[in-house]
Amino acid sequence: MTQPLIQYEDVHKSFDDVEVLKGINLEVDPGEKISLIGPSGSGKTTIIRMLMTLEKPTSGLIKVDGTPLWHKEVNGKLVEADEKHLRKVRGDIGMVFQHFNLFPHMTILKNCTSAPINVQGVDKKVAEERAVEMLEKVGLGNKLDAYPAQLSGGQQQRVAIARSVVMRPKVMLFDEVTSALDPETVGEVLEVIRDIAKEGEMAMILVTHEMEFARDIADRIVFLESGKIAEEGKPLDILENPNSERLKTFLQRFRSNF
Amino acid sequence: MEGLDITLTVLIGSAIFGYSIAFIAGFGRLAKNVFIRKFTTVYIEIFRGTSLVVQLFWFFYVLPGLLGIELSSYMIGVITIGMNYGAYMSEVVRGSILAVPKGQYEAATALNMSRFQRMRFVILPQAIRMMLPEFGNYLIQMLKATSLVSIISMADITYVGLLYRDANTSEGVAVFTMLLVIYFIIALPLIYITRRLERWASKGVATE
Ligand SMILES: Nc1ncnc2c1ncn2[C@@H]1O[C@H](COP(=O)(O)OP(=O)(O)OP(=O)(O)O)[C@@H](O)[C@H]1O
Ligand SMILES: [Mg+2]
Repeated sequence: MTQPLIQYEDVHKSFDDVEVLKGINLEVDPGEKISLIGPSGSGKTTIIRMLMTLEKPTSGLIKVDGTPLWHKEVNGKLVEADEKHLRKVRGDIGMVFQHFNLFPHMTILKNCTSAPINVQGVDKKVAEERAVEMLEKVGLGNKLDAYPAQLSGGQQQRVAIARSVVMRPKVMLFDEVTSALDPETVGEVLEVIRDIAKEGEMAMILVTHEMEFARDIADRIVFLESGKIAEEGKPLDILENPNSERLKTFLQRFRSNF
Repeated sequence: MEGLDITLTVLIGSAIFGYSIAFIAGFGRLAKNVFIRKFTTVYIEIFRGTSLVVQLFWFFYVLPGLLGIELSSYMIGVITIGMNYGAYMSEVVRGSILAVPKGQYEAATALNMSRFQRMRFVILPQAIRMMLPEFGNYLIQMLKATSLVSIISMADITYVGLLYRDANTSEGVAVFTMLLVIYFIIALPLIYITRRLERWASKGVATE
């Protein structure tokens, strides 16, 4: 049995006394693609932000490759992790945001080489070759010297994906990466994610409202409801034969998309 | 053009000192350490809450007696103007850093940058774009403030002008008009630079 890449063990999260995640248990295998679906406010974003170390769990454990992310072992006891520990573990994790968050003062190429060079210590030439190759793959090989503001939303999001992929994370997190886009550019971004998913080696957790996309790309769909995982399983089982009323109702709203 | 060298060297000294103080105090206000934060806040409020003229006098007359250090008038002028404007400009530094959208910190974190790397590669380059036009405006104000060193008997253009008028009382109008023109001529390139900075700064900052 292979060791899961990611493990959530009874993870709780509260914001100002309001518990938004109520005991999450979730495992992701290396290379596995997971779609996280659920109504607005159910906690999808919070789940992946905790893995990216942008939000701290209130209790519970998150492990990456068996190593606790938010905790450090000192003399056999788990204590709160420091910045150094967080940095070591989150090197395996990458994230693409709803609003791209490209660095506006850097060219497209620089956006994709800055972290490999400065964080990973990759040689500048090697980093540039990799970035160019990746940017060509997402169809932006002709925009290397452009600035983010000169690109459309769809193009910016493709750069953001490339920027994350060149870091070669073991798992990539996508938080509704098409929901801030004009409808006509959604397709191109989904296409890029599909291509990357096909290559296989990277695990992915995708928060999405695109049910068809979720079904095509995912090995497993996880349905989140009020801070708990209410149902999970193979895409066809979940989407075609939902067990719970809640999931049925939730899917009803997306029927037109199929 | 006597006194022009004094005016300009005081301006340059004050600017360099003031900008340095602005960064130190700006970061001090954002420090995690409570003591550093409080200390910086006290400094800023003291210098913003009292007048530059009084500060000049204080540094000139009180400080030597109090600490037994003799500083040249030039140093006193530069330190006082620098500390005073540094206090104001530290708020610009702090505000600009805080104005960089949260998403930029998060994206930098997602790329596994350290706290220092986030500042160095992502936050500061954008914050500085916001600071520079403000810094330009303060530079023009510092130029005007240099005229106050005449009260600690430094022979800047204002001082020279006043001396000249005392000797030729009938030419007061001409002298003051002349001073006005000179200050404006020095300010012109500063105004121009500030305008350019404003235009440059409007590019390359996250808007969201
Ligand atoms: N920083 C925060 N401070 C306070 N409450 C928060 C914060 N972030 C999220 N919440 C709350 O936590 C709950 C879960 O939020 P989350 O963003 O994870 O939901 P979501 O499933 O991603 O929803 P959506 O589909 O709308 O993006 C919501 O009720 C939200 O208001
Ligand atoms: Mg969300």
